[in-house]
Amino acid sequence: MEQSWRQAKGMFGAMLSAPLFWLVVFFFVPLAIVFAYSFGQNVGLIDISVFTTFDNYKRAFEPLYLAIFVKSIWIAAITTFICLVLGFPVALAITFAPPKAKAWLLLLIMLPFWTNLLIRTYALMAFLRTEGYINTTWHWIFDGINAVSGGMLGDFRAMELMNTNFAVVLGLVFVNLPFMILPLYSTLDRMDRSLLEASLDLGAGHISTLFNVVVPMAGAGIASGILITFIPALGSYLTPDMLGGPDSQMIANVIESQFKRANNWPFGAALSFLLVYMTFIGIAIQGLVERKNAGRAA
Amino acid sequence: MSEATRKIPPGPLEYLRRWPLQVWLALVAVFLYAPLISLMVFSFNDSRFTTVWRGFTFRWYEKAFKNASLIEAFGNSLTIALFSTLISVVVGAMAAIVLWRFRFPGKTAFNAGLAIPIVVPEICMGVGMLVFFAKVLPWPQDLIWPLNLGAIIIAHVSFSFPFVAVVVRARLASFNRELEEAARDLGASEFRTLMDIIVPHIAPSLVAGALLAFTLSLDDFVITFFTAGPDTVTFPVKVYSMVRFSVTPEVNAASTILIVVTVLLTFLALRFQGSDALTAGHDGGAGDKK
Repeated sequence: MEQSWRQAKGMFGAMLSAPLFWLVVFFFVPLAIVFAYSFGQNVGLIDISVFTTFDNYKRAFEPLYLAIFVKSIWIAAITTFICLVLGFPVALAITFAPPKAKAWLLLLIMLPFWTNLLIRTYALMAFLRTEGYINTTWHWIFDGINAVSGGMLGDFRAMELMNTNFAVVLGLVFVNLPFMILPLYSTLDRMDRSLLEASLDLGAGHISTLFNVVVPMAGAGIASGILITFIPALGSYLTPDMLGGPDSQMIANVIESQFKRANNWPFGAALSFLLVYMTFIGIAIQGLVERKNAGRAA
Repeated sequence: MSEATRKIPPGPLEYLRRWPLQVWLALVAVFLYAPLISLMVFSFNDSRFTTVWRGFTFRWYEKAFKNASLIEAFGNSLTIALFSTLISVVVGAMAAIVLWRFRFPGKTAFNAGLAIPIVVPEICMGVGMLVFFAKVLPWPQDLIWPLNLGAIIIAHVSFSFPFVAVVVRARLASFNRELEEAARDLGASEFRTLMDIIVPHIAPSLVAGALLAFTLSLDDFVITFFTAGPDTVTFPVKVYSMVRFSVTPEVNAASTILIVVTVLLTFLALRFQGSDALTAGHDGGAGDKK
């Protein structure tokens, strides 16, 4: 049983003070200032007035920035979808693996996840560059076909992989895949297996069992997997910055340039908070899905 | 007959033994590991170019170790990770104990507030820290080491300690409160009970949480990039400036070292808290509901 805080005020105060202080002063205060700035404007060289205008939000909906928002959402959505398709069978395999194999498979998925994000993105660059592994291999195959067919393919031209939207999506899938697999696995793992067996015994195939039994039961896990993948993908800075071209800027890259180069903090703040609002909307939707699912189960 | 006993067909739910899923798993594993493994292999390549193998060498490691600014950045990263881990473990454990032990007004809000640093996009937290350390708490640039890293350490604690709280709370759930009551009945003070009964019980989760915080701190680029002044460079920020336009084996060598450190830390975390430590805070909160 939990104790009422009144029964041990000294202990309660001592234990609560540090985390509460840290959370408020070093997390909520910074965010609150950004929030205040998002309604502000530059006054003179260094001063910023706060809570004076909605212009920053209005500006965010100008076609130029709206297009970047739409593009970011689109890239994050494609990434999430690919992660779901790639990750679902993996989660399924882990769920029904023997305990020992299960631990190893989880480790297999999580190990790259704990590796530095920058290093992982950098490692991808070596594959995608004009003289990277993919193009080198392609060149080699190309020369082989040409040698056999007597120059049928003509001159070799390297594929443009780096600095494209394709590279950004590939990079985002690469770094976010574990985000999707984990929640899927933890839902599938708690699923009642006898229902699957019943479906298979009654003559349904594996594919139809998957779509008619597993997917509906794993609804909440799928929703949280989508959310957990979509949010970081939407706010990603490093991947589009390193792998993307001039037209693959995402919201975070615009925020960075507003803060570090254009020196328009209020506008950057408004963009940041639009990202925060979108995160909260996503969490709210997921909460609703979960409640609906829980209601159905009860 | 012996053939039949050796090859039992896969049971209905033994998906791991079906070849389409095996192929799928293998492809995903290749996708996740090929870039990292080739990065590590080519850090030993005796050539400036990273695509063709030209023999084995330690040259790039030597070069990386002689690169003073790279070493300084690595040292900064380790220092920041060490301090932010120490603070995160203490603060995170306190948060976990308060939430586990007490009923108090505003508990739901505090609990939700702790989850927000985990879900808020990194870039938003980054700009928050940038603004905070520019306007509210300007961090002097010319402080002696390690105080010059203070701003980054504070920022790292802010995103690490909620993760530690998640790990410690999972462990506290298995604590038998009667032990605590027994200690109190036998005359131990609140503080003694905490230190002698509760802390030993949560010790494995403290270690696992510490390793988690350490890795999170070493891993962070975006928030550091926004918090750091022009004179304090961490390893990821340094690597970022080095690879912005080119791929060099020297960076491969430095990255390999960091990957090895991370892998070792992950295995240590596994030893201390099983696979829970791997997934802490990343399984959509499913861990809390067990």
